[in-house]
Amino acid sequence: MYLQVAKQIEEAIFMNGFSEGDQVPSTTEISRQFHINPATVLKGMNILVSEEIIEKHRGLGMFVKKNAQERIRMKRQNEFFDDYVSGMVVEAQKLKLTEKQLIEMIERGYEKNE
Amino acid sequence: MSSIEIKNVTKQFGKKEVLAGLNFKLEPNKIYGLLGRNGAGKSTLLSIMTNRIPLTSGTVTVDGESIQNNDKILQKMYLMSEVSLYNSRLRVFQVFNETDKMYGKFDFDLANRLAGEFGLDLNARIGKLSTGYRTIFKVLVAMGVSAEYIFLDEPTLGLDANHRDLFYKELMESYANRPRTFVISTHLIEEVANLVEHVLIIKNGKILIDSGVDETLAKAHTVTGPEADVDSYTAGLNVIGHDSLGKIKANYVFGDMDDKILPDTVSIESMDLQKLFINLTNEGEN
Repeated sequence: MYLQVAKQIEEAIFMNGFSEGDQVPSTTEISRQFHINPATVLKGMNILVSEEIIEKHRGLGMFVKKNAQERIRMKRQNEFFDDYVSGMVVEAQKLKLTEKQLIEMIERGYEKNE
Repeated sequence: MSSIEIKNVTKQFGKKEVLAGLNFKLEPNKIYGLLGRNGAGKSTLLSIMTNRIPLTSGTVTVDGESIQNNDKILQKMYLMSEVSLYNSRLRVFQVFNETDKMYGKFDFDLANRLAGEFGLDLNARIGKLSTGYRTIFKVLVAMGVSAEYIFLDEPTLGLDANHRDLFYKELMESYANRPRTFVISTHLIEEVANLVEHVLIIKNGKILIDSGVDETLAKAHTVTGPEADVDSYTAGLNVIGHDSLGKIKANYVFGDMDDKILPDTVSIESMDLQKLFINLTNEGEN
């Protein structure tokens, strides 16, 4: 559960819901809003602190760190292979798609998005 | 702050054994979920922990001191159903006053504000409240009381979805502002799954699970796929239940998985607390 809390806040920062220097909602606010134990919320927050995405300003609360978005992007790029590419290849093999067909599909995806 | 220790506690009503030797500890400032099916012994346990009814054998101690006839310790504990002892002609605000006299430092600000939020009339006679408002009234007293251990027996009984939502929000806020121990017994497992930190599951008067919610769920797995593959993959594991849809089967496993290689056709997913509870406490299985 605390991983989900961290992920949700991270996603909000990445999608610019909170910009650099913004204060993120307090543990109590998140806990109240989503009926989550404050200890769990804090654990999730601490993950983001250790990943240098947010930082604690003593007595004030948690704030989005400088370059937080960039740091999230780098982290997600690193995870992209494991999260998407590996699974996609397995699924493609299940569907009996050849490597060439898969690459063509990816190219088609790019064309569609241009 | 002190912890409560329950050792070898049994309770018999006549020949019927309701609690069959319970051992566990309640630590300060945690929220516990006390889960069990109807008749599992939850309310009996809560009453015993707060010395409202005598136990048959065993001990309940706080820092080594027995709670029996120990007013100093019992003042630190509050059981939500306590107010049922009051004269039904008393009005809500009078019970707030009485509770303040008994326990001291009653949080009138919080209780009065919550009465407004829930729409509870402070002048209403407590005997005239509907089921829902009766629960709300009991919950408000429990939230306002200054005790360190608060035992909430079915705090959402008869509450509509909006009031339950409000209760969970206010509980979280109050807990964050003034940390104390809550023990919540409830049947609405899904609704409290994220707000409790530690779970106690009782079945037939015994403790089945006593561990953190995260650790408990880390051991709960749903293995899904074609029946034969699922059964051979989960052979030797602690399968606590299953569901089937045609030839697709889901086996619910509680405990460690082994190193067997996962076939392509089989997938492992997590299990939520409610599903785990249902499978652990189903009669006839296990």
